[in-house]
Amino acid sequence: MSVAKSLPHDTAHLHVTGQARYVDDIPTPSGTLHLAFGTSEVACGTITAMDLAAVRAADGVVAVLTADDLPFDNDVSPSAHDEPLLSDGTVHYIGQPLFLVIATSHLAARHAAKRANVTIDAVTPILTIEAALAANTRFEDGPRVYRKGDIDAALASAPNRLQGRFEMGGQEHFYLEGQAALALPQEGGDMLVHSSTQHPTEIQHKVAEAIGVPMHGVRVEIRRMGGGFGGKESQGNALAVGCAVAARLTGKPCKMRYDRDDDMMITGKRHDFRIDYDVGYDDGGRLTGVDFTHYTRCGWAMDLSLPVADRAMLHADNAYLLPAARITSHRLKTNTQSATAYRGFGGPQGMLGIERVMDHVAQVLGKDPVAVRRINYYDPMVVSADASGASHSRKENAGTGKPFGASFSPKAGKHENTTPYHMEVTDFILHEMTDTLLESADYDARRKAVTDWNGANTVLKKGLAFSPVKFGISFTLTHLNQAGALVHVYQDGSIHLNHGGTEMGQGLFQKVAQVAASRFGVDMSAIKITATDTAKVPNTSATAASSGTDLNGMAVQAACDTICDRIAGFLAEAHGVAVDDVVFADGQVQAGEVSMTFAEAAQLAYVNRVSLSATGFYKTPDLAWDRIAGKGRPFFYFAYGASLSEVVIDTLTGENRILRTDILHDAGTSLNPALDIGQIEGGYVQGAGWLTTEELVWDDSGRLRTHAPSTYKIPACSDRPDVFNVALWDGANPAKTIYRSKAVGEPPFMLGISAFLALSDAVAACGPAYGDLHAPATAQEVLAAIGRTRG
Amino acid sequence: MKTTFLLNGETVRVDTDPTRTLLDWLRDERGLTGTKEGCNEGDCGACTVMVTDGDGAKALNACILFMPQLHGKAVRTVEGVSGPDGTLHPVQTAMVENHGSQCGFCTPGFVVSMAVGHANGQTDHDNMLAGNLCRCTGYAPIIRAAKAAENAAVPVWVKDKAPTVEAAPFAPETSDDLAAWYLAHPDGTLVAGATDVGLWVTKQFRELGDVAFLNRCTDLRGITQSGDTIRIGAMTTMTDVLAAMRDAHPSYAEMIRRYGSQQVRNAATIGGNIANGSPIGDNPPALIALGATLHLRCGDQRREMAIEDFFIDYGKQDRQRGEFVEAVTLPASAPTLRCYKISKRFDQDISAICGCFNLTVTKGIVTDACIAFGGMAGTPKRAAAVEAALVGNAWTIENAQAAMAKMGEDFTPLSDMRASADYRLTTAANLLQRYFHDLSGQDTSVLEVSA
Repeated sequence: MSVAKSLPHDTAHLHVTGQARYVDDIPTPSGTLHLAFGTSEVACGTITAMDLAAVRAADGVVAVLTADDLPFDNDVSPSAHDEPLLSDGTVHYIGQPLFLVIATSHLAARHAAKRANVTIDAVTPILTIEAALAANTRFEDGPRVYRKGDIDAALASAPNRLQGRFEMGGQEHFYLEGQAALALPQEGGDMLVHSSTQHPTEIQHKVAEAIGVPMHGVRVEIRRMGGGFGGKESQGNALAVGCAVAARLTGKPCKMRYDRDDDMMITGKRHDFRIDYDVGYDDGGRLTGVDFTHYTRCGWAMDLSLPVADRAMLHADNAYLLPAARITSHRLKTNTQSATAYRGFGGPQGMLGIERVMDHVAQVLGKDPVAVRRINYYDPMVVSADASGASHSRKENAGTGKPFGASFSPKAGKHENTTPYHMEVTDFILHEMTDTLLESADYDARRKAVTDWNGANTVLKKGLAFSPVKFGISFTLTHLNQAGALVHVYQDGSIHLNHGGTEMGQGLFQKVAQVAASRFGVDMSAIKITATDTAKVPNTSATAASSGTDLNGMAVQAACDTICDRIAGFLAEAHGVAVDDVVFADGQVQAGEVSMTFAEAAQLAYVNRVSLSATGFYKTPDLAWDRIAGKGRPFFYFAYGASLSEVVIDTLTGENRILRTDILHDAGTSLNPALDIGQIEGGYVQGAGWLTTEELVWDDSGRLRTHAPSTYKIPACSDRPDVFNVALWDGANPAKTIYRSKAVGEPPFMLGISAFLALSDAVAACGPAYGDLHAPATAQEVLAAIGRTRG
Repeated sequence: MKTTFLLNGETVRVDTDPTRTLLDWLRDERGLTGTKEGCNEGDCGACTVMVTDGDGAKALNACILFMPQLHGKAVRTVEGVSGPDGTLHPVQTAMVENHGSQCGFCTPGFVVSMAVGHANGQTDHDNMLAGNLCRCTGYAPIIRAAKAAENAAVPVWVKDKAPTVEAAPFAPETSDDLAAWYLAHPDGTLVAGATDVGLWVTKQFRELGDVAFLNRCTDLRGITQSGDTIRIGAMTTMTDVLAAMRDAHPSYAEMIRRYGSQQVRNAATIGGNIANGSPIGDNPPALIALGATLHLRCGDQRREMAIEDFFIDYGKQDRQRGEFVEAVTLPASAPTLRCYKISKRFDQDISAICGCFNLTVTKGIVTDACIAFGGMAGTPKRAAAVEAALVGNAWTIENAQAAMAKMGEDFTPLSDMRASADYRLTTAANLLQRYFHDLSGQDTSVLEVSA
């Protein structure tokens, strides 16, 4: 069996030798043209004149397009049809594409794009939460509200109560490979598009609309991205559509890639949030109710902001059973980049809100924050005997995904164990995970050691903090929870594997190939992993929401099993054995007494006219979600994690550093422990970066001032914890997922919250008052918090 | 401009525009697409290449490396890190085995940096890789890979020998030649390491006019000590300055360790950092605190000045047409010199504040004080009022705190994306307190604390 093995990334060898090909590396036909956008220098206003003569006259320029030159739909929005490719005459943020330069080289296009003389009748931009609330510029007609219990009564009768306001910044994806696309015109008006995208079907859809052909006239292919993190779920639309339109116009292949500064100025980022909270709690720290108000700047277009803001609400509880809760969410429209998907998709922001509350309550009560968290946990999962083992037979695990609810429900008679959106939590394992992590990380002794160290040091202070993660797995737009696969077995026994998921570094292709190799019982070398291609598997969902392996692994399993069943049926008849007695393992196919290699079986099946190609399909069962009412079951299951971070701060400068991190993370029965640990290590560092050094700064005119790595600081090598212990929780997913594994793309990102809380803990060592630390906790912010804690 | 160099072991002769970058040339002309563009400004390391000359192998950022700078060098890209028969380099094998790549886009740059470090026997991996950004892995597996490869033999194929080439008209071989060229082209652009000029081209699209490349001007390079004075030639790279300062001025060296990245320090020169007069360059405050002397040359005329006098105003230095920085001299010893670099990220970040302190305390009394800051004004500038408050008084925490209050008289800093004015002023003052604790032996650096 290939599953559960720590195989390297499928193209690790190509990565390290420089042979792995990204969109900009694809050899292009001679005559290929290159594109660049001319962008707005004004955040809000109306274009009164656009003089492009100097642009057109610049060296190498072939054509310059404005909105008037677009042949069909001028839109690249993934949601509300509110995002023109090129300005329709109004401008909405600094960086908005106004015109498109087509030139003979990338440099010529970039140089020419700076030569425009655009006159804009500017009006005061709406940049802040206050301004957007005052002007009532928002998406949806008003705030969304989710409710559980009577929050007003709960707060009114609470033994203790506190309020707070917490600000957290957004985050630039900083995928190392910037956005890129290449469009190659085909015969009869068809278009082939190579796009660095997490969502090839969306690219296909938007390109088809833009060039006036049905979706069947557009084929989109992507072998790999150089990182995505959500930033290539919708943000690649503009480049792909621009290339396709230009290619249609010129009849030449057209390529576009953003220079890094352009990429950061044009594309959306993680949503920043303000969270107001009003909390009731008893003397032991048990919450009796929380009233959250979320405010988020969505930027100028809707993009994916509604489901992002929904997911923030859906994680406002994190791991804690809230007897009463109200979560109010304002999705504000501002004259900034259109905030978009980013690993966690709002979940981290919502989760940080409740973790901030736990931190605040624990500090006010003077209690160990771990103890306060634990008494607020959901009830633990109750495991029944019949559901503990995962079955891997062809029949049992063929993608049916039967409901598990009954076997895992809490025992009758206990209080309800539901989220603020009224979903029963039946798979909660953080009690045991917390015990295990705190013991392996020696929490009690280190808590005391940190206190002692702080007593002995005046300039520097240490902090130590624990945080748990409970992250819901499934797209909250239920129909997206489907996937397709296409598998061919050739007559020599080699296997062609294709599915709708995209590879952005997470190791999806390898994990799914391990599933395929296991189903056929063959070595991994028999499997050829192929580029995602809308002509092979149609109507795919974005590779997002951590769903890639869950969905595509199941679809591939179904396709493989269809072929295995056909071969088994043929061999069973030929050799007089039962179909179930035909076994695929160790490169052999065993039919009763007869054994042959898989290649021999494939050859035999071929000459006997057995079809060796199959599609597979999967849809996640048991989902039912009403996002307006805030009720139902949006998630198939939860993934869990726990982390403990130790930090040190400098009370004179606010400089700070992570010293040690211990993590225990739940990947179910891991399909590939090495790749999963890679997601956890990388997710933690990226999450810690969001909350420490990564600061997006806009000036008063609405211009983003941090638009390059010289000013926007993602973690560097030495920013990872000196001591970094990461382990996988050993337990099968009770939900019937592929080999009982769990999704692992997004959940570990939120383990980075422990680093932020450890900084808050270190600040608390500096004075009596609550430090009210905001995110990101840059040196400047830590120093400010130290000032507040000293009063 | 005609340039001759070795590319993955083969001699290449090209004629390019002076500002053609190696990265664009590799990808567009040679189809060597393993070298990636991540930022086009020398901050991410995805374009790292190995460049070998008489001083050995160095990692450099190809995105801000102009083709003429390669004249007489040997270049090795990721494609040339594995052997001619495809045999993997030990760092490549280790990266595969330790799961050091995820999306793979930064990986070629990491592999080249690691191969250079491996060839040079370097084991301070965090320093070696500070200029390579990875967004996927969190770096842990990459460091495991670098450690795993430490003891493997250096493959023969990565041992390049730089070719011998004729002098090129665009690259003076001596400072006399340079002085004559600059007199003849006073509006021309001198390119030292191109870590700043590179961005003028890649980001600002500036036309440079006549260009002279200074990297072959060997007599402008090098560090010599005579008596109690150290002389550093203007074309000395920051890598070489760092090495020389480790013994002479360890606190300055520790600041340089965080200056740019290995790739940047391998290209950047001390003369370039001084000459462009940036208010956020990190050398000037240290050199001012040391009381360094700047040596300028115009034709055959030479003059010298206290380095603090060179910086007149924002964007304005005391440098005449055709005049260039030849060297800087500084005292060989300054035991109380401390240099504090404050930035959002420790490694490879431009300072929000760079504070350098050099006090002389005799019998408990401050007898001399030189305190200089970067990031606090339009030029690198001394804290005169703070100095005055200290000199003549006892060196006590109370007096230091009293002097801190004078910082507002010396500086009215700006707010920008790196820090607010308030933070700059408060922290600059607090750095004097840190200096006091530092000199009295207290732990003051978070970088020296472990769990």
